[in-house]
Amino acid sequence: MNILVFAENQNGKFPKSALEAVSFAAAWAKSVGGSCTAITHGQIDASVLGNYGCNRVLHLASLAAADGEQITALVIAAAEKSAANTIVLSHDTTGKSAAPRIAVRWNAGIVSGATAIPHGTTVKKNVFSGKAIAHVNITSEKQVVTVLPNAYGVHATGAPCAVEAFEVSVPAARVVVKEVKLESAEGIPLPEADKVVSAGRGMKGPENWGIIEELAKELGAATACSRPVSDIGWRPHHEHVGQTGIAIRPNLYIAVGISGAIQHLAGVNGSQVIVVINKDPEAPFFKAADYGIVGDAFEVVPQLIAAAKAFNATK
Amino acid sequence: MKLLVCISKAPDTTSKIAFANGNTSFDEAGVTFIVNPYDEWYALVRALELKEAQGGSVTVISVGGSDYEQIIRKALAIGADDAVRIDAPETDALSVAKHIADYAKEQGFDLILTGKETINYNGSIVPGMLAELLSFPYVTLASKLHVNGNVATCEREIAGGVEVLEVTLPAVISAAKGMAEQRIPNMKGIMSARTKPLQVITPVAFAANTSVQNFEMPPAKSACKFIAPEQAADLIQLLHTEAKVI
Repeated sequence: MNILVFAENQNGKFPKSALEAVSFAAAWAKSVGGSCTAITHGQIDASVLGNYGCNRVLHLASLAAADGEQITALVIAAAEKSAANTIVLSHDTTGKSAAPRIAVRWNAGIVSGATAIPHGTTVKKNVFSGKAIAHVNITSEKQVVTVLPNAYGVHATGAPCAVEAFEVSVPAARVVVKEVKLESAEGIPLPEADKVVSAGRGMKGPENWGIIEELAKELGAATACSRPVSDIGWRPHHEHVGQTGIAIRPNLYIAVGISGAIQHLAGVNGSQVIVVINKDPEAPFFKAADYGIVGDAFEVVPQLIAAAKAFNATK
Repeated sequence: MKLLVCISKAPDTTSKIAFANGNTSFDEAGVTFIVNPYDEWYALVRALELKEAQGGSVTVISVGGSDYEQIIRKALAIGADDAVRIDAPETDALSVAKHIADYAKEQGFDLILTGKETINYNGSIVPGMLAELLSFPYVTLASKLHVNGNVATCEREIAGGVEVLEVTLPAVISAAKGMAEQRIPNMKGIMSARTKPLQVITPVAFAANTSVQNFEMPPAKSACKFIAPEQAADLIQLLHTEAKVI
């Protein structure tokens, strides 16, 4: 079984989700004695992809940003070139726009959001918004698998490898980016963050978020919030984690003043370690927590900031 | 503008999740089903807003058995004009997408809207397949949508901000939070939903190429370790030495 993996070029860099997809594809190919080829595009040092275990890198340098149809054409051509019967992409925005097209055009079965290296052609994925796990069989000869971000992780197991220039004509983009509006140039993007400090209505008002941001900064974490808080406009929508917001799987999730409704838990239950700080000892979130502090956020969080500062000073 | 909204059935967000038949199927006993929230709150409501502002029609479509009619009536009560149910089991994303594409290809829809994913299978696959089968462009995860003539302008949230995307209709667009606000159907809507047209189509079968082998529940969490609030500072050390996450 030979695998072709797509690594997205995001403004001249490989995002973490792309490196996870390459790590996943390389480990999967190794487990079945196959080869793993990566395909990327645009101005970028493509040789670094070898660090994540692929045997070969194809590079279409002339294609900068690409829409789902362009990636579909690029990826299928690269799969044919590398004699692959399996295509791997990240289950991120770009992967979601291209993978279903690739599956239809390539006549391949698809499973999205894989969380572990497949056994044969059985793929493990989260369903019911993380409340259950499914093992899905792909019955077709060819297969497309997308990898859930922050699940398998990035594994630097290889060394830089040779890059081969790859030429293929792709159609013109039909989804055109007209503008990019960045709200904050700093801060860690939430879906990629491995630590997250999140807060809810227990903070009493948006003016009190200073201590949440400060704790996040000391821990190198991104900030998030619960649905009520984004609905009433205390925090931007893109910070809303939960069943109807975004689902995240950081290594550390600290929830301050969030009761832990089942819809919120659905967005965070993939986190490795959950810390809950809440005044109410009956808050349901404590049942899902690894560490709990029953107390007032305005007294507890400043202590944590001081302790984190002291900890950082010893590093 | 002729709009098509794809809706799927999902267990209510507070449902207890359990499996039957040796963990090979979802246990529906005692479960209340709803319209998948992304399909209803964002895709359907934005389609209705576009119709109200610019004229046209909103059709909802589902692939599923007669048990789907309750959620289809809900969509009609919220304001869709008519509905189509493709009477086939939802075997996998490919068969669902093929059924919808087969219906839609002769209908001349300007815009097909779906939710970004269902809350039960979390696939995010059907809209992209639909776009491929119909040769339409596809915008994933749009959190804002405006239509001016035959051009749709979407916003999509990216790391640290938003990107503005433009696409020429006809197109498929999947809806994320922010595109619209949930609408509660009023009594007039509920009454009129009973008599709105619901066409049932018996389709040719499409072969699926994936199937669920079995389900399992995630491993249980160990008990929460409580730290006294006046010793909150200890947490940072525990996260370092015990949990090893900082």
